Amino acid sequence: MSSIANSIFTPETAARFDKLASIYPVKRSALVPMLLYAQDEIGYVSNAAVAEIAERLDLLELDVRNVLSYYSMLRTAPVGKYNVQVCTNISCMLRGGFELLDHCKKTLHIGHKETTADGLFSLEEVECIGACCWAPAVQVNYDFHEDLTPAKMDAVLEDYRAGRGKDVK
Amino acid sequence: MADVSFTVDGKKLTAPAGTLLIDACKSAGIEIPAFCYYPGLSLQAACRMCVVRIEKQPKLATACTTTVAEGMNVTTESPEIAQARKATLQLLLGNHPLDCPVCDAGGECELQDMTFKYGAADSFYTEPKNHREEQQWSPVVYFDRPRCILCYRCVRMCGEGMDIFALGVQNRGSSSVIAPNIPVSESPNGMAALDCEQCGMCIDACPVGALTSGTYRYKTRPWEMNHVATVCTHCGDGCKTTLGVRSVSDGSEIVRGDNRDKSGMNGDFLCNKGRYAFDFANNIERLTSPLVRKDGKLVPVSWEEALGFAGKRLREIRDEKGANAVGVIGSNRTTNEESYLLQKFARTVIGTNNIDHHRTADYVTLATALQGTTTVAGKPRFASQRCVEKSPAILLVGGDPTNEAPLTAWNIRTNVRLNKARVYVANHRDIKLKRQAKAFTPVAEFGYAAFIDSLGEENEFTKAVKSEEKLLVVVGNELRGGELAKLIAALPHAKFALLADYANSRGAADMGVLPDALPGYQPLTGSAIASEYTSPSEPGLDLLGMFDAAANGKLAALYVVGSNPVKRYGIDATALKDTFVIVQDMFLTETAMLADVVLPAANLYEKSGSVTNSYGDVQLVSKAADKAGVRSDFEMIVRLADKFGHEIKTLVPFGKGLRADMGQTRGAQSGEADRHSVWLTANNMEPKLSPFDPFAILDEIQRLVPGYDKLLRLQLLSGNDQHIAPAGSGLVQISGSRKDLVLPAADSLFTSGSLTRYSPMLQDVQRHQADEAATPLASAD
Ligand code: SF4
Ligand code: SF4
Ligand code: SF4
Ligand code: FES
Ligand code: FES
Repeated sequence: MSSIANSIFTPETAARFDKLASIYPVKRSALVPMLLYAQDEIGYVSNAAVAEIAERLDLLELDVRNVLSYYSMLRTAPVGKYNVQVCTNISCMLRGGFELLDHCKKTLHIGHKETTADGLFSLEEVECIGACCWAPAVQVNYDFHEDLTPAKMDAVLEDYRAGRGKDVK
Repeated sequence: MADVSFTVDGKKLTAPAGTLLIDACKSAGIEIPAFCYYPGLSLQAACRMCVVRIEKQPKLATACTTTVAEGMNVTTESPEIAQARKATLQLLLGNHPLDCPVCDAGGECELQDMTFKYGAADSFYTEPKNHREEQQWSPVVYFDRPRCILCYRCVRMCGEGMDIFALGVQNRGSSSVIAPNIPVSESPNGMAALDCEQCGMCIDACPVGALTSGTYRYKTRPWEMNHVATVCTHCGDGCKTTLGVRSVSDGSEIVRGDNRDKSGMNGDFLCNKGRYAFDFANNIERLTSPLVRKDGKLVPVSWEEALGFAGKRLREIRDEKGANAVGVIGSNRTTNEESYLLQKFARTVIGTNNIDHHRTADYVTLATALQGTTTVAGKPRFASQRCVEKSPAILLVGGDPTNEAPLTAWNIRTNVRLNKARVYVANHRDIKLKRQAKAFTPVAEFGYAAFIDSLGEENEFTKAVKSEEKLLVVVGNELRGGELAKLIAALPHAKFALLADYANSRGAADMGVLPDALPGYQPLTGSAIASEYTSPSEPGLDLLGMFDAAANGKLAALYVVGSNPVKRYGIDATALKDTFVIVQDMFLTETAMLADVVLPAANLYEKSGSVTNSYGDVQLVSKAADKAGVRSDFEMIVRLADKFGHEIKTLVPFGKGLRADMGQTRGAQSGEADRHSVWLTANNMEPKLSPFDPFAILDEIQRLVPGYDKLLRLQLLSGNDQHIAPAGSGLVQISGSRKDLVLPAADSLFTSGSLTRYSPMLQDVQRHQADEAATPLASAD
């Protein structure tokens, strides 16, 4: 049973949150993991999620928002089914990260932090995703695709479009 | 702590170990520029403006976070440091628009001064500018994002100082911004908004013009105002405030209230009312001409006619029906001098003890209960407001200072934050100060008697309270009469403070605006003051008794000064139908509407004199604003006595003497006369000039009222607060049931008695809190 009546999260997530709130010396430390799990479940961090997390951790909603707005990987608006995150940090930049980004913009007809009309893809330019050795790299939801070229990128996108991608959400 | 010696710019200095370098330098007259550092708040080191060179340290260090150490050698100005500060400024100016000419902070902006000093003319900042329109977060708080230098003073002020946490920092890097607690996504009108106490402390703490005040912005410039230090008119805490005043066609208008010079016991604190609710003074509904009832209607007449008529009728009624057919009601917002004069008027001019006021706390019992035990360890048991900030332990019984006495709440929080004071709370509500409390005891509503009994028992709470050697007990106005006396008796080792509601509630009681006690709570017969007055020895009618008498046709005349008892006590208007009523007030209140003569009065910002706060701290009020057509209550009482046919010199001892007003009463309008007064003061001379000079009566107060005899006039004139303990002997023990006479005003943060409806700002804030702030909270459920 969740410690919060009428939790907006699934019973599993709610139970996970109950546990999270109990394992740190200060409850507040559970904030970032909670936000991430909330985003995984809902797709973004909604106002309702902010309110419930604040209640769970005895924080003000403002405190939650302060942290939420700091991390660029946390979102406050829904994204497409597949969130394409193109790295343009140093290694990827040297190996054509910007080219990839431009290519995605062109083929998907959307810009940074935008979503395609069918809601399938959204695009984001991100900082280092930790795959520098195989730059340029792209992360789609939690999948990594490395050593890309515009042509390889097309194939990746096509896979998702055809429903062959891992569907994490 | 032990002192350490160190060198700054070649000067040998000493300071206690643990002192911050920036503070140590400041006390030695070496100013280190700082933006984010704010005394009393946590350290942030966000701005890097205070960098100094400390010998043997590889890099420049921030003086605001470095504590002094033995042998430290510091350089605070050098070409290297100047270059570093210039670079810091260039970064801070990254988003800054060049709008000093219109910015409200222009002329008192720390960033402007520093940029001028270090000449940071161009910026190497290439990121896109963070430009946004200014935003209105509430009726009184506006935010101009590009001007913000992210020093977090406002965030800390609101969180640590106010315990509200209504401001935060959002986003990161160059897009960091200060954000209020109602985000756009939750606000009903699509604009970010603030749900908070609207105190404006964040605005005052802001070193630049990023946060601006809704009542002051774009109105004037600091150098275009006169700045007059006086005392807030609203609650019983008695904050010192500096009013910015400028001339208008019919007098002078207040445009700003603040206490940036931190000169009073409130430091730089002011609550919403203190900072903004001066606007009642500028209300167009102000009465500016005397009114007399003719054919059932109040019509404007000349002062001569109104006063002549009122004086003559009062005389006739007194002569025909006797002195006890006349009643007088005083005010808890007039000065001590006016209250004293009014009771003297009732007792010597009319010849009755039918005098009372709207009592918001039971000072008579406090004075009676502390009689004979006025000291604990040689110190008076009447606590001062300053004790709240310093006492190691505080017991708060009844009352909710956060709402009713905001400065008391601020001082308690400050004491807990800076000195780790132990706070114990006993209350029937879950008050906000519980967050600061070490222990909380819930009390049933109206169950304070049981709580006081429980002080005799051995439980954890009472053990903790009783083991405190230096205990300050702050008593809310819910306790009165026997309960209050019992509480005082139960804690013989403690100091006491009793919270009242208005600026001079305590003063009115101290000055004897009471039917059964003379000034200083002296008995009606036998005291020094009683032998000076030829006043009746029988107690008079109290406030409710007067209205009962009026309803029974036994009160033929009623003189009401600066008070609205008809509304406050819910008096039936027909009670006064056969009574001749004279009312002095600023507005046509419910009471004034029933009057036969209405005299337009000046308010506390428009006169001089002294007031005594809830704690017995006496402070000077100075004339800041002015309004054509109104007169001070003091002058009106004197003129009425004159028209009554009374020998004025026996009422106000003026003329020959040693002291007088040489400018104090004119405040902002004074000039040459003030310089003259400085000379006179220096030579111990203050010739009395006029019967309207309140300082003439202050002489008499000092001479006759116990406690006030200790008042140092020069301390008062230089704007300091002085603590008064009415330590007179032989106080009268008041018995009987006067419980219902004490009527707390039940004012909250955004109300101030009858003034509420004349303050558009208070109404705006109430509406904001009810609509903009309440909606998102409701939808969050
Ligand atoms: S006005 Fe006062 S309570 Fe409101 S945000 Fe500013 S500091 Fe906080
Ligand atoms: S709004 Fe003012 S006080 Fe707050 S961070 Fe910005 S500059 Fe500092
Ligand atoms: S706390 Fe009281 S005295 Fe101080 S500013 Fe507020 S209303 Fe005025
Ligand atoms: S730089 Fe792109 S993954 Fe590290
Ligand atoms: S004042 Fe020291 S870093 Fe801001």
